[in-house]
Amino acid sequence: MNRSFLARNPSVLIFLAVLGLFTLAVTFASEGLGMGLISTSFVKTLGKTLTLALIAVAMDLVWGYAGILSLGHFAFFGLGGYMIGMWLMYERTRQIVVESMANAAIPPTDQEIVDAIGTQIFGVVGSSDFPAIWAFADSLAIQLILVVAVPGVLALVFGWLAFRSRVTGVYLSILTQAMTLALSLYLFQNDSGLRGNNGLSGLQNIPHLDQVPQSVLSVWFFWASALALALGYVFAAWVVSGKFGSVIRGIRDNEARVRFLGYSVEGYKLFLFTVTAMIAGIAGALYYPQAGIVNPAEIAPIASIYLAVWVAIGGRGRLYGAVIGAVFVSLVSTWFTGGQAPDVNLGFYTISWVDWWTILLGLSFVAVTLFAPKGISGIFDIWTGRRSPQRHGADLGPDPGSLREKEAEE
Amino acid sequence: MLKRIFLTVLAAVLLASQAKAQDALGPMQTILQANAEIIVKSSRKTIQPAIDAVAGSGLPQAQSVLEAWQAKDMWRRKADGLFFRAEKADGGYRLIDFDSGEVVGVAEKGDLKQIKPNSGIRALIGTALVTFQLNDPDRVKREEALTSLERDANAALLEPLRASIEAEPDPDLKARKLRLERLLTISYDPDEATRIAAIEDMAGDLGVDVRAALNPLVATKLRVFEGTPPADVNVARLLKPGSDALPREEAYALLSDAGLAPPRVTPEAVRAALAEHIEGGTVAGVAVTALSDPAKRVEAYRALADRGLVPPYLAEDEISAALSAYSFAEVYAEPSPAVTDAAEAALARINTKVGLNQALDLGLDALSLGSIYFLAAIGLAITFGVMGVINMAHGEFIMMGAYTGYVVQQLIPNHTASIAVAIPLAFLVTFSAGVVLERLVIRHLYNRPLETLLATFGISIALQQLFKNIFGTQARPLTSPDWLGGAWVLNDVVSISYIRIAIFVLALLFLGLFLFIMKRTRLGLETRAVTQNPGMAAAMGINPGRVNMLTFGLGSGIAGIAGVAIGLFAKVTSELGADYIVQSFMTVVVGGVGNIWGTLLGAGLIGSLQKGIEWLNPSNTLAAQTYMIIFIIIFIQFRPRGIIALKGRAAGD
Repeated sequence: MNRSFLARNPSVLIFLAVLGLFTLAVTFASEGLGMGLISTSFVKTLGKTLTLALIAVAMDLVWGYAGILSLGHFAFFGLGGYMIGMWLMYERTRQIVVESMANAAIPPTDQEIVDAIGTQIFGVVGSSDFPAIWAFADSLAIQLILVVAVPGVLALVFGWLAFRSRVTGVYLSILTQAMTLALSLYLFQNDSGLRGNNGLSGLQNIPHLDQVPQSVLSVWFFWASALALALGYVFAAWVVSGKFGSVIRGIRDNEARVRFLGYSVEGYKLFLFTVTAMIAGIAGALYYPQAGIVNPAEIAPIASIYLAVWVAIGGRGRLYGAVIGAVFVSLVSTWFTGGQAPDVNLGFYTISWVDWWTILLGLSFVAVTLFAPKGISGIFDIWTGRRSPQRHGADLGPDPGSLREKEAEE
Repeated sequence: MLKRIFLTVLAAVLLASQAKAQDALGPMQTILQANAEIIVKSSRKTIQPAIDAVAGSGLPQAQSVLEAWQAKDMWRRKADGLFFRAEKADGGYRLIDFDSGEVVGVAEKGDLKQIKPNSGIRALIGTALVTFQLNDPDRVKREEALTSLERDANAALLEPLRASIEAEPDPDLKARKLRLERLLTISYDPDEATRIAAIEDMAGDLGVDVRAALNPLVATKLRVFEGTPPADVNVARLLKPGSDALPREEAYALLSDAGLAPPRVTPEAVRAALAEHIEGGTVAGVAVTALSDPAKRVEAYRALADRGLVPPYLAEDEISAALSAYSFAEVYAEPSPAVTDAAEAALARINTKVGLNQALDLGLDALSLGSIYFLAAIGLAITFGVMGVINMAHGEFIMMGAYTGYVVQQLIPNHTASIAVAIPLAFLVTFSAGVVLERLVIRHLYNRPLETLLATFGISIALQQLFKNIFGTQARPLTSPDWLGGAWVLNDVVSISYIRIAIFVLALLFLGLFLFIMKRTRLGLETRAVTQNPGMAAAMGINPGRVNMLTFGLGSGIAGIAGVAIGLFAKVTSELGADYIVQSFMTVVVGGVGNIWGTLLGAGLIGSLQKGIEWLNPSNTLAAQTYMIIFIIIFIQFRPRGIIALKGRAAGD
């Protein structure tokens, strides 16, 4: 047990090395700081993909390791985006308002500036007053705290309610999905205080950094995303490597048995649920300034289910699997839906991938669930020749009956 | 030849009648001649005696005279000054005598003068005509007159209406006349006690017309009085400036608008005034850069005001002093306090009654929403509730059913026939889809619920996109047959559309069908056996694979029929099912998994909850869904296994 953390987890080092090399490569190839081989928008896409990989790691922690299929983590992701978006939008609008008012004969009072910002931001929803939730929007520090605090508190309250009443399995999934739906419907209203279905926009313009071109800014955000992913990955690997990791895997495989052994199952689950929600919030706070806009449609339950799809395709129960899944599926998805994939002409019908990609994704997802429960990263097992018998049974699911059932059929 | 003879005869008749007319004028013509001067003058101010004379003549021809007059068909012959009704005819105008109703001849337009009453006079004539129309022997005419009276009444019509009630033979029309008489009495009767009596008569009535008659009585206007309001003003309530009903700014604006106080200097006005008086970087000795402070602004403005350059600045205490010198009151337009009190009391009683009826209406709405949720969830109650298979593609089966209905309607134009075909066809389509899904995917995933959830979700997004590719993103209509259009109206408040009743009935039918299949058929028995213990069931000779396949198909098929029903009142889109899936699962979970009565209760609970929240906050149906879901999450805290929880071994996960 006295071996170091990294020695016990060689995959972490490999992952960090690959991520570092990738970051360097993108930096040198970027328009802003390198040779201009890849466009600024693609750098942004890659940066966004890294943040998606981060939330996939969080999802893998909570689903792959603890067996809680949460269909609400993208809501936490969106909330993180909203929190940082509030500051970005407020500060940026303030800059514009102050500039435009500087030419007035009489210098504006503070109240006049705030009123003008309110009119600018809330004009689209027919209001001009700041709702109470914008109270701290003028402070970057407080909004940064809220990026983790808001998803964290929501996850804490929801998780406490759900876990203490022993809601597990698919019931918990449906409940988290309902929570996500409730949140997105709430945000869709105009009087939710977050601009209804318009969402927060113009987030790509960072206040006080007007002189920095987007091409450079995109690389900075790429670095930040890579750093966040690296830290998140190491944190996740550290969490699952020790005794804590053993307990949560135990909860996944047989919750009742762990409870009888004297562990506070609810406490472990609640901690993991809350921490991953915070990670999701951070990922969102990095994603949306690169995307430029955050609106309630992003929070809709379907997004959280896609998150589960990425992790399942990548291979759940191992952290690099989640990263591979998120990166692979979201990049392929961008490629197909961006209209770059060549159409397939069948003679009688032309398959346009913009329309058919979702069908392909859905069916391949079914195929992965049926035929390759280990996902893409199952390839690494073949490659390393690792075929441990205890893993074989565990991946089939938390229900001890499942293995027997399958054997009986075969 | 013939024409000549005709003309000769005509001329003879004309001469004869003219002679007759000159000899002895008919009674109506006499009246008209007596009032000829004011009729020709055609002035709204002086015409009334002429109209009264005609209407009050008691002659049977009075009505036709008034009608001709109103329709500008009354002409006066210049030669002898007689009045006729005239119709356009060959060679001029055919003149018809009012008294005899006979054609007296044809005259050139130049020989005639048309009587052209203006709109004011025509309205007066119309009022006079109402009396005749209300007593017309033709029931249709009376009904028309009554309808127009109900739409647009005035004080003058009250008496003719009252006079016509006694003689009304038709009981329906008599009831309508009596009701209208009460309403007009409320609005127009000069006697206060009569009005109050009428108000009290109508106090329990739910009709919109009663409220329309009462509301103008209690309409108020905000007015300012120096000191206390005078005694002859009917005050609804006194308002204090600074209260919620009357903010200080508004109260003061009332004062300044009425010229009772100098206008308040707004911050915008201060700013504009300061900008005007900048001199070399300062305003009245205050540096411009310091003016971002509101206090400094006021200071600079006061300095300007002292120099007489701008109107004086009003401090808060000056405003308060001005406000305290006046009182503000909402004043009824109706002068009589007794009438307004009676009207307020009557409206309060009506509103209580309307409230109760609205609650009933809300209950019906909730029931129908509940039955929609029940329809959407009943298939899930089989696949999820009984079999324990979580099928996220259930919503897409609903959507497939709705599209089946749409396609059938394209092929069979008759809506009744197409629905009759669509329902079994939708069952067949989704039944097959369900069987295929079960055989290909779900069979391999029994006892792995999370994987089932994800795999069926993959199916769900694929199906949604597939239907989007086939039918486009545009919403498709699924039209209900005509006999399902319209609504069952109980009174002005409570009504329910037939289609919702049909869906309620359909939900009940499905409940019966479900119970029948599960409790009375071989399939239901086998399903329950396989669900409880598949190994034992297999040992008893039941083929679990076949039973699972059929049960899943049945649940999916019912979803298809639900899709047709839902498609009838919602537009058919590829997201149709996805909109219901979360609510459907909630319905099953809240009700209690594995119990159809629980699903029924769950649907009722969720439906009434959603309608109840919508009623509390009617502007916002999105918020209603949010609060409903939050409520469900809290509900599950207290009854984690739903309203009706299974006990014993069947309750195992």
